Amino acid sequence: MGRQLLIDNIKDPVTGALTGINTLEGYRAHGGYKALEKALKLKPEEIVTEVQKSGLRGRGGAGFPTGMKWSFIAKPPGVPRHLVCNADESEPGTFKDRYLMHHKPHLLIEGMIISSFALGANLSYIYIRGEMMVQYHILQKAIDEAYAAGLLGKNILNSGFDLDLHVHPGAGAYICGEETGLIESLEGKRGNPRIKPPFPAISGVWNRPTVVNNVETLAAIVPILNMGAEEYAKIGIGKSTGTKLISASGHINKPGVYEIELGVPVEEFIYSESYCGGMKGGRKLKAVVAGGSSVPILPAELILKTAKGEPRLMTYESLGDGGFATGTMLGSGGFIVMDESTSVVKNLFNFTRFYHHESCGQCSPCREGTGWMEKILHKILDGHGTVADIDLLWDIQGKIEGKTICPLGEAAAWPVAAAIRHFRPEFEEYVKNPGKIKDVKHYYRLNNLEPVN
Amino acid sequence: MQNNTRPKFSPEAYELIQRIIKRYPEGKQKSAILPVLHIAQAEFNGWLSAPVMDYVAGILSIKPIEVYEVASFYSMFNLKPVGKCVIEVCRTGPCWLMGAEDVVKHIEKKLGIKEGETTKDGMFTLKTVECLAACGTAPIMQIGETYHESLSLEKVDSILNDYKTNTTESISHWDKKHIAQGLKE
Repeated sequence: MGRQLLIDNIKDPVTGALTGINTLEGYRAHGGYKALEKALKLKPEEIVTEVQKSGLRGRGGAGFPTGMKWSFIAKPPGVPRHLVCNADESEPGTFKDRYLMHHKPHLLIEGMIISSFALGANLSYIYIRGEMMVQYHILQKAIDEAYAAGLLGKNILNSGFDLDLHVHPGAGAYICGEETGLIESLEGKRGNPRIKPPFPAISGVWNRPTVVNNVETLAAIVPILNMGAEEYAKIGIGKSTGTKLISASGHINKPGVYEIELGVPVEEFIYSESYCGGMKGGRKLKAVVAGGSSVPILPAELILKTAKGEPRLMTYESLGDGGFATGTMLGSGGFIVMDESTSVVKNLFNFTRFYHHESCGQCSPCREGTGWMEKILHKILDGHGTVADIDLLWDIQGKIEGKTICPLGEAAAWPVAAAIRHFRPEFEEYVKNPGKIKDVKHYYRLNNLEPVN
Repeated sequence: MQNNTRPKFSPEAYELIQRIIKRYPEGKQKSAILPVLHIAQAEFNGWLSAPVMDYVAGILSIKPIEVYEVASFYSMFNLKPVGKCVIEVCRTGPCWLMGAEDVVKHIEKKLGIKEGETTKDGMFTLKTVECLAACGTAPIMQIGETYHESLSLEKVDSILNDYKTNTTESISHWDKKHIAQGLKE
């Protein structure tokens, strides 16, 4: 196992007992808030430069260079700026941020104070999923501790820097993980994403310059300051620097959150005892969704090796190798493993129903297209599909991608395209042998859907 | 339900709401709508009636329609009466791979209700929800603020029996203990 910079010291390595790092005292006992002391002695722009040098890329899914995102923030005189932490972790298969906030709330808070200082923000928010009420109250308690210790509020550690930090709960909407949907929601509205430009860096929450960063991204600022950008950048391969939290789930022996040094081979990640511990019940690997439900599914042979036959690595570049024809994306690090018993068509139906449910409804291609894809997949699963339906699915996904305000359109289209691209014979099997298909009437009830004729 | 009487927050909840409103810049009190609706759901039997939403609109100095449009957008808000325990079973991706369908079917059979319905005694409402971000311990269900993880059908039975025996008042996402304890917010 490689170095751990984010989820280290949570459990005692020998006894496995929790160390108490969730409290301010416990966090400080493990060197907490040292990075903040260091940062407050620097100039804000020096911190931005450090983050740029570290090569850190957004850990929420898009992988955009964090330092560059920060450098875009507008600084009109007299207008307050804001930092908002995106803790609306909703991408199916992703559960790393919840784990991190649950066990190390102060790591996120320290990262947010440093980042707010670097951006010149004096009022920042953590937008957390409404479902994560337990973590909401954990963060609130940690924020209270930080205020009491002079780490938040006026004149933090006698630096002259003021920061108010608040936690804000969502209420159940995947779309609020999209940064402009999140901003709308923080303003007390429906989470309908905004047309860009203007980007949040120019006009974000309350039309003020705003940076929205994922929990893990902001937490990573702390080790970057502690060890220095150059040391941090030495971890990983090429433009995939540092460590990444991977949420591993599905048919594996040891599901859970793993911190990897970027560059671990996928094969090692699935089969090594240090990580997933191999396939459950010794069954054969069929497919992997490597970066949360939105990224293309890959069959076993393409997730373990690239089309060129090179070992596939857990990096932004290696997982993306071959484009969508033979590759996928690191995304949020939601690593869903499926064994040979899994029906790719049923899994796709499950994902597509999710996107239909979560479409905000603003853009017709997404609102209507996700619904039609769900219905057609249901028709196929119900034994009434035709080969033309498979082509129709392909057609519809192509008419959503790139034609919507926000990336939910792509997120809904890509899984459909990839499943057909790599598993078309399985769809045809359903179409040609309707008798083989088990009861899925259940789903009608779940959705109050009318049967498709 | 408070029938014809006007809804009114408990003094602790009202004070908490006033503190939450101060987290946002002056004039931006509308931002407090989601936390305030969560607290309202906790205070008024787990759902948001029109009078409750109108009351919230008054507290935030916004129009009632601004509350309705938000309350109807977010899946955690119930716009119809619910049982004391709302069981929310995750049905997405990894939970589905690990048997969420069986959990839903099992609960339906055990309680004699379909998804979306409430038991006759008003104890349980069954809902299915999308990914709860606990895929490593799938399948899971949420009741109030609590995640019940790594479910087996036996575990589901024992959890539901516990709730049936021990629940006296409605359980919400924003647990009442966080209002009653007067936690500094």
